[in-house]
Amino acid sequence: MAEYTLKVRRYQPEAGEGPYWEEFNVELEPSLSVLDGLLQAKDRDDGSLSVRCSCRAAICGSCGMKINGQSGLGCKTQIGEAHEAANRRNGGGNPIVVEPMGNMPVIKDLITDMESTHWEKIRRITPWLLPHGDPPEREYIVEPESMIDITQSMACIQCGACVSSCLSMEADPEFVGPAALAKAYRFVGDPRDAETKERLHDLAEDPHGIYDCTHCFSCVDACPKGVAPMDQIMRLRRRAGQEGIGDPNSGHHHELAFVKIIEKKGTLDEAELPAESFAFGVKGKLMPSKRAIKELLGSVPTVLRAIKVRKVKARQFIPGLHHKLPGGAQDDVKAIYAHAQAHREEFNIYIKGEEGTEPEPDEKEAA
Amino acid sequence: MKLAYWPGCVSRGFTTELHGSVELVAERLGIELVELDRANCCGAGVIAEHNQELADTLNARTFALAQQTGLAMLNICSTCQGAQSECQQRLDADSAYRTHINEALAGQGLEYVKGKDGFTNKNFLWLLVEDYGLDKLAEKVVRPLSELRVGPFYGCYVVRPKERLGYEDHPDRDIYLEQVIETLGGEAVDYDGARKCCGFPVITMNRETSLRQAGTHLGDGLDAGADCLVTPCPLCHLNLDMQQPEAAKVVNRDLDMPVLHLPQLVGLALGFEPKQLGMNRHVASTGKVEDRLTATPA
Repeated sequence: MAEYTLKVRRYQPEAGEGPYWEEFNVELEPSLSVLDGLLQAKDRDDGSLSVRCSCRAAICGSCGMKINGQSGLGCKTQIGEAHEAANRRNGGGNPIVVEPMGNMPVIKDLITDMESTHWEKIRRITPWLLPHGDPPEREYIVEPESMIDITQSMACIQCGACVSSCLSMEADPEFVGPAALAKAYRFVGDPRDAETKERLHDLAEDPHGIYDCTHCFSCVDACPKGVAPMDQIMRLRRRAGQEGIGDPNSGHHHELAFVKIIEKKGTLDEAELPAESFAFGVKGKLMPSKRAIKELLGSVPTVLRAIKVRKVKARQFIPGLHHKLPGGAQDDVKAIYAHAQAHREEFNIYIKGEEGTEPEPDEKEAA
Repeated sequence: MKLAYWPGCVSRGFTTELHGSVELVAERLGIELVELDRANCCGAGVIAEHNQELADTLNARTFALAQQTGLAMLNICSTCQGAQSECQQRLDADSAYRTHINEALAGQGLEYVKGKDGFTNKNFLWLLVEDYGLDKLAEKVVRPLSELRVGPFYGCYVVRPKERLGYEDHPDRDIYLEQVIETLGGEAVDYDGARKCCGFPVITMNRETSLRQAGTHLGDGLDAGADCLVTPCPLCHLNLDMQQPEAAKVVNRDLDMPVLHLPQLVGLALGFEPKQLGMNRHVASTGKVEDRLTATPA
């Protein structure tokens, strides 16, 4: 047995006061969970301490919370490890900090209202199969191999930890978000679904859709089930890109511009990237879209300031002066492009596992 | 110490002050750099979004070029670290996939070999703490930054995902900046944004979201009493420094927060003058930092 201090962010709307911090001392084995600690505090110190929980085994997805700032499940975080994580700096003696999930309104203490930032967004992506034609007499027959690709997104337990951690949603509450987009891939990748293209159009053309993800990996670390929502968002982008679907955010053009510049120059020409992203191709440069004109004009003050302090040189904005790779190296890069464009192989470690490591029991089941 | 050095794209483009500082600081620390001048862009996650195999092969090429030198590889950019680690994880995961990728490199006389001579690819922050050593760094400090309160800003790609970035063996990688700041004599400031996203990856796609992220973190740093932020990522630097006046408009407050590249902060403690480290070429004035520097002992 060991003693731990839990510093809990509390809030009771009926009291008419703002949120406050309260510390609870608990005593339990280090291998037990932070949730176990909270339940002990509720049992021994204050029955009004509110936390949502059910299975206590990382299956039901009820006890999403932030522990030392990290979103996850209270039942899947060992209290001993949480204590160590809280005490790596400042000479120790720090409590384990427990807060309700982020990006959501708080109902009471650690209980959040998941309706507006989770469930509403899940419903927004049409989370059911949309097959065409008459349903088969019995079940749909699919090759097991064709379903493997979506097993990762199917592992979601709807706990909301990824939503809690999402740094794009923190700045743009309208972002469709990691949980809903991972769920969207579950249907986009399903061979029984007949409206894949429509789904991709919808998610790419929404200015708060797949191109609003800031690629910060927060959801990947928050997810207790290895869904890696950001990886699913990147798969959606890849699929939308392969369909040639444009978007109001210029996300697809940004990606194509980046890929093209490296094929041509080997390293990134930062001056060319925005120009290519917004006014794509020859026609786009001759007849730039309204957004292209607005964005390019909008970047002028930034560029001028950078030139003024000699951060960048004006010559960096002259096309063709970007430095080139030496002695035939650019041809080597082009050869790589030819090989990779011909194969486009995608290697998913979640499904295939890593050499020399045994798969986790639940991954075995999923495969 | 001798390393195969990949400077990345941005340090030779919009943040040349970073490239210059690394060269000065490495020499003063006694680190010899062999620049990988034939290497290509890491893809910054964007190429992987387009074609995963392309990103993996481009980075396999860079690793193979580094392996030809027989040296450990150094990068100076959180984004390079993240994108390259992601590709390396896939390459190391499966020998059949590795063979397939190496087919594309064979014509260039290159091959990426998993774990060859204990191959590692580390950014400057990890290298300083794990290989150079903070004790040795402390011995080289001639101008302790004792008056300076510094807010660390890591950049997502050296803190997440932990499972891929070696946190099992090096669990403290997300507090190294604090350790380096304290080793240099400064005070590390805790604030909300230290491990959050600067917003740069969506500056093209959603300018307002992007600038709100940068502006919020800069403001949080100010509120916590930081004199400056320090970052090991030149892309974070672009959003936090070059875009700072625009970010200030979005969050509707004055920011005026100097943002230093990690090698600049180290360089100041090693006795270099701000101008030598290119600090006069930042958009947000670094005057606040310079005012707090103590005189260099002879």
